[in-house]
Amino acid sequence: MGKVRKGVEVSIAIADAVAQADVDVIAAYPITPQTHIVEHLSEIVADGELDAEYVPVDSEHSAMSVCCGSAAVGARTFTSTSSQGLALMSEIFFIAAAMRLPMVMALANRSLSSPLSIWNDHSDVMMVRDAGWICIFVENGQETYDNIFCAFRMSEDPEVMLPVAVNLDGFILTHMIEPVEYEDDDLIRRYLPEFKMKNALHPDHPVSMGCFGMPEIYTEAQMNREMGVRNSYPHIVKAWEEWGRLTGRHYRPVETYRTDDAEYCIVTMGSYGETAMEVVDALRAEGEKVGVVKIRLWRPFPLDEFRAAVLGKKHLIVVDRAITFGGQGGPVATELRSALYKRDGAPTIVNYVAGLAGRDVSRKDFRSIITEGRKKAEAGDTEGFTLYGLRG
Amino acid sequence: MLEIRVHGRGGQGAVTSAELIAIAAINTGRFAQAFPSFGPERRGAPVVAFCRVDDRKINIRAKVYNPDAVVVLDPGLVTLLDPTEGMVEGGILIMNTRKSPEAVETSKGSSIRIATVDADRIAIEELGRAIVNTTMIGAFIKVTGLISINDIRGPLLDRFGSKLGERNLKALERAYHEVAIKG
Repeated sequence: MGKVRKGVEVSIAIADAVAQADVDVIAAYPITPQTHIVEHLSEIVADGELDAEYVPVDSEHSAMSVCCGSAAVGARTFTSTSSQGLALMSEIFFIAAAMRLPMVMALANRSLSSPLSIWNDHSDVMMVRDAGWICIFVENGQETYDNIFCAFRMSEDPEVMLPVAVNLDGFILTHMIEPVEYEDDDLIRRYLPEFKMKNALHPDHPVSMGCFGMPEIYTEAQMNREMGVRNSYPHIVKAWEEWGRLTGRHYRPVETYRTDDAEYCIVTMGSYGETAMEVVDALRAEGEKVGVVKIRLWRPFPLDEFRAAVLGKKHLIVVDRAITFGGQGGPVATELRSALYKRDGAPTIVNYVAGLAGRDVSRKDFRSIITEGRKKAEAGDTEGFTLYGLRG
Repeated sequence: MLEIRVHGRGGQGAVTSAELIAIAAINTGRFAQAFPSFGPERRGAPVVAFCRVDDRKINIRAKVYNPDAVVVLDPGLVTLLDPTEGMVEGGILIMNTRKSPEAVETSKGSSIRIATVDADRIAIEELGRAIVNTTMIGAFIKVTGLISINDIRGPLLDRFGSKLGERNLKALERAYHEVAIKG
């Protein structure tokens, strides 16, 4: 494929990116709203346009099991799921990270049952927050396309060797037709050369993976895992910087919009960052000193970059898209409060949970969240969270 | 930015209308979005699709609430919903109906413009069935000037192949010429 700009459904662009990344194995089970991604990939493989094994598994549990097997032999491996699919997959999902198996997942974020809902929020990815996967969030089709390649590059870096989940908002992005600039195959091959895995499973070089761990070794194994995720950080940044040099499209673990002289900021993760920017532009025109802080890298959490972005601001209005039931707020706000605890110049945090299971959050809603949130912050009303738009 | 809403019934191709307009606009170098009102597909039930077109990158990730243009594929829908809901002043309602634009009454009165075309008849004559999603794009192009017939040709042929694509194009061109506008 040559460099081309086209109007395309984001799910199709993901499948095309996976094909351009020249993956070896795809194992996935279709689930709304991820379906178009794997449907299109199965077509690409069936049409002979991609020399890969497409394994039509019987469930997501099997999908992730196949992915672990193929990653263990050093095959470039891709899967995709959503919601209940991720829940069914979760047993093996944790194992993939623990065994340091490189692979990429497009996670089309969707709510968890019940009530049964097919629409978007972040409750699925938050369920596996602590698995040890690298978790990236994207905001539009171009970012999704780009980050498929970046994710493989990060995942397969010998200094990283971890699975990577590219989180995109289900429906809001998966079912959106918009312009995406495809890169030339040669550029992709330069950025993402053939994967050669050290210590891959091979009959001539036997290794053991996923062994039994007695109490004498489990703690050390977990520390190894923690160090693996923590130490991946500079390599993640490097993978994005290299992509930026090649394409001119730059990504950072924390990204900011009009924050330099901002007194307060709205904090988002995922596609809402774009609507937030639009509303911030409108509020700026009215004289409000407000900016947007966007969490692109969720795990490993970019502590230093986040602090650098917000210390000295008066308030943060954090918009979560999941609830931690019985906890102190949404998962993002809880993380950020912890990151800023007792720091000099730490802003106060007001937390909203919005857009659960696809409830639309319009520009008007963002304006309400920002103006109400500011009032709450100024009044010191910063405990817990507010479920935005709750009726009754 | 121009915001568009397409009303149809599940199976009538409302989403395809929005997609084809968006892709045609993107191919001219502009920015566009097309997306369905997300949900389980229900054949025959009222559905909505949205489209935005702008010269700059579009940063809105929400439904269209205040459309500049509304396309109604199925005239029977007006008994179930108000297709003009939220329309901006000076916006244009484009309906598939045998009525003249003067005979169409809306809750917006004279604050919006109205265009009508008998797309059912055109589609039956040109395509053999009353699937009007592509036909109505012809009326849309005429009254908005957002894209040209030449711009839509490529996306249409890509979607339907050359044989069926050309027939759809003919239906679209007829609607372009036959649409009547008031206001």
